[in-house]
Order: sequence, then structure tokens, then C-alpha cells
Amino acid sequence: MTGRGANWVDEALREHEEHAAAEEAAAEEVAAGDAGAGDAGAGDAGAGDAGAGDAGAASRTAGRAGTPSDREQQVLDRIDRARRRRPRIREERITMSHGAGGKASRTLTEAVFLDAFRNPLLEPLEDAALLRVADSRLALTTDTYVVSPLFFPGGNIGDLAVNGTVNDLAVAGATPLYLSAGFVLEEGFPVADLTAIVASMQAAAAVAGVQVVTGDTKVVERGKADGCYINTAGVGVVEHDLALGAATARPGDVVIVSGPVGDHGVTIMLARGELDIEADLSSDTAAMNGMIADLLAAVPGVRAMRDATRGGVATILNEVAVAAGVGVVVEEDQIPVRTQVRGAAELLGIDPMYVACEGKLVAIVDGQQADRALAALRAHPLGEQAAVIGQITADQPGIVLLKTAFGGTRIVDLLVGDPLPRIC
Amino acid sequence: MRFVDEFRDADKAHALAARITELCEPGRQYKFMEVCGGHTHTIYKHGLEDYLPEAITLVHGPGCPVCVIPMGRVDDAIHLASQPDTIMTSFGDMMRVPGSQGSFFDAKAAGTDIRMVYSPLDSLKIARQNPDKRVVFMAIGFETTTPSTAMTVLRAKAMGLENFSVFCNHVTIIPAIKAILDSPDLRLDGFIGPGHVSTVIGCRPYEFIASGYGKPVVVAGFEPLDILQSIYMLMMQLSEGRAEVENQYTRVVPWDGNLAALTAINQVMELRPYFEWRGLGFITHSAMRLREGFRAFDAEVLFNVPGVRVADPKACQCGEVLKGVLKPWECKVFGTACTPETPIGTCMVSPEGACAAYYNYGRMNRHRVVEVELSRP
Repeated sequence: MTGRGANWVDEALREHEEHAAAEEAAAEEVAAGDAGAGDAGAGDAGAGDAGAGDAGAASRTAGRAGTPSDREQQVLDRIDRARRRRPRIREERITMSHGAGGKASRTLTEAVFLDAFRNPLLEPLEDAALLRVADSRLALTTDTYVVSPLFFPGGNIGDLAVNGTVNDLAVAGATPLYLSAGFVLEEGFPVADLTAIVASMQAAAAVAGVQVVTGDTKVVERGKADGCYINTAGVGVVEHDLALGAATARPGDVVIVSGPVGDHGVTIMLARGELDIEADLSSDTAAMNGMIADLLAAVPGVRAMRDATRGGVATILNEVAVAAGVGVVVEEDQIPVRTQVRGAAELLGIDPMYVACEGKLVAIVDGQQADRALAALRAHPLGEQAAVIGQITADQPGIVLLKTAFGGTRIVDLLVGDPLPRIC
Repeated sequence: MRFVDEFRDADKAHALAARITELCEPGRQYKFMEVCGGHTHTIYKHGLEDYLPEAITLVHGPGCPVCVIPMGRVDDAIHLASQPDTIMTSFGDMMRVPGSQGSFFDAKAAGTDIRMVYSPLDSLKIARQNPDKRVVFMAIGFETTTPSTAMTVLRAKAMGLENFSVFCNHVTIIPAIKAILDSPDLRLDGFIGPGHVSTVIGCRPYEFIASGYGKPVVVAGFEPLDILQSIYMLMMQLSEGRAEVENQYTRVVPWDGNLAALTAINQVMELRPYFEWRGLGFITHSAMRLREGFRAFDAEVLFNVPGVRVADPKACQCGEVLKGVLKPWECKVFGTACTPETPIGTCMVSPEGACAAYYNYGRMNRHRVVEVELSRP
């Protein structure tokens, strides 16, 4: 009947006990080794049930003896180990959280898709795959668009479908060239709407300098889809020798965003009309390949670029922290956010750092070249409000810290699923 | 942004923090409980603990609406929602709260029609648009959300709606605070009183805490400076040897509460003899149900609710965390078996829950953060 199976609590706890026992046995082995005890002793502790149990009790007592700060650190280390375990899908069915771009999406990608398709080109899980074909380096990407409503202030699903795929190629360092377009249409969908969407796609493609060169259409019965879904794939060519990628970020680098964050996500939430909030706001959907080409031409020290879509800036910074094994420190009052977006986010109890953009670049750049990068971005109309929002550090690897505008510190973690509005 | 930034001014925070530190008696430790989950959220979201001297510890209380819902009530709700021709409506926070067989999200994925609403009144709209379905609103929360449920029921009655009902899980804050005060394993120096609840019930109901238990109470607002100021007011009371109820949130909370809201609650609802709280067990007169005259809107009367009782998993220490006896990270399963992705305990579900707030925002070693600060150019 439900998604998780009747004994999910018991299973989670049993798994927890197994890991805890294994860790305690390992800790005991290390301790025995340090003390110069015989091999046999360490072996017993690891294998025998009774031995492992005793060892656990001993290490727990030892843990309790430390200062609160020490004990807290031990717990944090334990959580860190738990998070590095192989991801597993616990649900029996797909829930909306799996599509929200947070932890559940990540788990789905790694446990199902990466597990099945595993290969070195897929493994970095970047926005586009980099391929070597004959003598050229190509970038290949694909993305599917299911936005609701289909038309919203600042654009429609057609603009998104072209700009999103162009941007995924551009942030991989490629010059976008060709797109494919696949349509899933619901029976009864107005032809006028389809024509308008396709006209927007053509206009967006012209601006981005790409061509739609192949396509496909499927029609499904009324009720089997929500009007119109679009998939686009894109091919681009890489014409420089930079080795871009989140894993190349290193301490001393800075984090730059190309403009105010959260416009698209908040625009869509308001356009759904469920909230009775009105604001003068439109989607930021735009093709960033021109701006990115300018940046790469001016700044050799660009390490990584990402298109801040679903999951927002916060999700990208977490990916960088994990991929490169570095810490990220962000200053809240440096992040550009429009007043309308801040206001709506305050009312809804959500954080603009997690809200989707559709034309905002997050770039990790060598700290020495931060000013050059800012100048290059600000010279382009899409990057006029570019800002340095933080830096890469060696400390607290894997963690994104936020210096709040109030003057405190906190963690910025991946979201579990969609940001849920709080009730009070 | 006006009316927000003024309450997040870092200079004022530094000044207040200095005065709070001055009031600390050397060698004395202070423990204050913020009762309300909204305060817990603010404290973590803005990193407010960075401003407090080490002598002051904040203990996160039970005032998170979804954190106190026992698994059995979630199972009951999912049972109701999965009846034929039924639509259940719920606040977003509730969607991930685990029952023994999974959450609303899991039930939704399995085909049950559960919809998120922003206001209970939205449920009436859904009921009117779907006359052939029964619409059940999952009503949860403290006195903050109770009036809006009461108003919704009154509106439904006035509209003559026959396909709308409420699964009522509203709880009241005072019995929970009393249970904490009577708990033998707890030592607190004072309370940061809930702000939004107090807009409805006012400040008088807390007087027994000051007069009967000798603990100061300061009702506080939800911006970080509100909370710092209320800590300052608690410290002033302690240093002057007073134990009183004070109102820091005067811009919103009237001393006597909101009579119209209280009247609406009283018109529609009455106290239950007892109700089960997650982690705290059964507490007498701690929750509301619909009155006799509103049976036509009471899902518990209209439908066959199984009344499932599920014992809290043994390893789960939500009760100790809710009472403030344990810090979130001291729970055995914190962050390993119980995470925001797969919460076992409800404290891990809502961003207002003590465990989720700590996991999402505070899971770092502050001593090392300070070192990073110092080493920066």
C-alpha cells in the first residue's frame, strides 16, 4: 500500500547496528594495534560476537570521558562516514522528492543510473559529458522539461528547453552547436500553444547561435501527460585546453555568481497562482554561452562552472565541496538576491540559495584572477550584477558554511526534497 | 528589506551579546529552553549561538507541531486518505512525517490523493470543486493554527458543505510545558516563550511557570535580535532575583491574547481527556477535538479510524530530545539511521525540529570554525 514496506524502521535500525558494530570492531583493532597487543587479540575483537560487544562498550565509555566538543566531533565523524556509504534507495516507489534536485535525486542518480551505466565519462556527473571523437573534443548533454505552468512571466517551456541545454554545454566549456528536440504532447493540447512554444524555441536558438537539427513527436491520451513535455539534447565542441570540473577546485579559489539568484523558481511558484502573492518578477531564462565564452577568453584560471538550475546555488556548492574535497565558505550578504525574491522567500519560509535559476552561472575561479573574472562577467549584459560570494578553504572538507548576514555561521546542506513551506 | 533587516542588524547583536556576557556570573552555567520550533529554526538559520557566551546553553523544546505527532496518528491519517473517493489535504511540513508504513509522500506515490495546502481554507475550495469526493483536512499544530481550523469548520458549516471534514490533531502548549517542568531529569533556568502561540493565548497562561516553579519566562519574537533580546531579559531577571512573565514581542503579542480567535476555538472545539504525544506519551487535557455540534465535520466520528497505536522505536530518543535532556547529536541513531532523508523520529522531519535544525544547519565543529576565522587574512 505505502512506499516503504512495513518494517522500514527495523531495517534502518538493523543496518545502523551492523555499521556501528563494524566501526567499533575496527576502532578496537586500531587501539589493539597501537597498544602493541598480539595479533590474536585484535582478530578476536573483530570476529567474535562477545569480543566485539565488549570492545564497543569500552570504546563508548572512552568516548563519554571526552569533553562535549570531543564527543560532538566523534558524532560528526560518524555521520560523515555514514554519508560516504554507497547510496541505497529505501523507497519502493518514486516520490516527488526524487525529482527535486536534492539528496533524494542524488541517491536515485547514483544508486540506479550510475550503478547500471557506470563508465568513466558518466562518473564525474557533470552537466555534460566530454567525448573525444576523431581529433575533436565534443560535449554531449540532454535535459527534459516538464515545467508547470507552460507559459510564465519572462518565457515559456520552449525558451527553457533551448537555453537550459545550451547552458549545460557552455558550462562544460563547449561551444554549443546543434540541438535535438523531442515532444510529448497530450491529446487536446492547443496547436496555437504548440506553435507559440516552438516559435520561442527558434528565437532562443537564434540568440544562442545553435540549430535544432533533429526531432521527434509523440502524442499520448488525454490525462497521460500534462500538456507538453520537451526533451532536448545538445552537442558542442571544446576549443580550448582547460581542464574544467568541480573536482579541480582548490583552497584560495573564489566562488562567483553572475547575478541575482532565485528569480526563475519564485516566478514559477507565483505563476502557479496557489499563493495569492503578486510581485513584479520574471524568469531569468537566458543562454549564457556568449558570457561564458567571454569569461574563458579573459580568465585562464576558471576551474569549474555550473548552471544554477534546480536545487539552486546551494546544491552546486555542495557538489563542489564533495567532488574536490574542499570546504566552501559563503557570505550571505554578498549573494545578490532581488528584494521581490527575498520577500517571497521570507513569506514562504524558503531559502533563495536553494531556488532555481535558469540563466545564472556559478564559477569557481583562481583567487588571483577574481577581479579579472568579475570584470569579464560584468562587461556582458547577463553578468552586470556578478559578485564574489565566497571562497574555497582547506578546512571542513565536504562542507559548505554560510556566514549569515546576522553575523553567525551555519551549514548549507543539500535539500532532502522540494523545499516545503513551513506552517507557522 | 524593511521590517526584516532591522531585526537582523549585526552591530546591535554584538552590543546585546556583550551585555548578556556581562550578566553571566563567573562559574555559573545557564540553560534556557526555547519552547517553540520556530525559535529553534531562527537560532540555527542565523547562527545565533555564535553570539552566546559558553556559559549559556539553549535547549530546544517541544513546540514543533509535526515533531509531537505519534506514528499511530500518521498511520490513521493514511488509512483515512486511502479510502475510496477521498482527498486528504495537509500542510507541507506534514508530508514527510513517518508513520510505521511510511509518510504521506510514500502514500501519495502509491496512489493516495494527498494534496498540500497553504491554508485550511484551501481545502474548502477543493471540496467545492470535487463534490463527488470526501475531502479530509489533516489538522495539526498548536494554538497558532487551531483558530484557522476552527474558522474553516465554521465556514464549511455556513456554506452547507457536506463533503468536508477535519482529522483533528491540534494540541495545546501549556500541558507540554508542565510535563517538562515536572520531569525529574531536567534543570532549566528559564523559558523563551512561544511567540505565535501567544498571539492567540496571550501571556497570562505562563504565569504558573514563574509563580509555581520560580522560572522566568520571556515571550519572544522570531527574528534573531528578538531572541537575543529575550535572552538578555531572562539574564536580567536572574541577576535581579526575579521570576516573572515578560513580553518581548509586544509588537505582535497582546497580554490577554486574541479574544476573537479564542472564541472561535471554544465555539468549535473542546479539550480531549488525553492525547498521545510523540516521545512524551499520553498527556491529559493536552489536545482538542470537535464539539458535539460539529460532528458532521469530524473525520473521527464520520469514518472508521483504526486508532493505531505504534510504540516509538526503542532506539529513538525523541522524547529526551523534546524534553531537552539530550542534545540532538547525543541520540544513538542521530545522523546515521535517522537523517532528514529517512527520519525515524519526528524531530528530524520539520526544519523546526531540533534534530533536523542541528543536522541541516549546525553539524559542524564551532571551535574549528573559529580557528578558520582567525586564520583568515
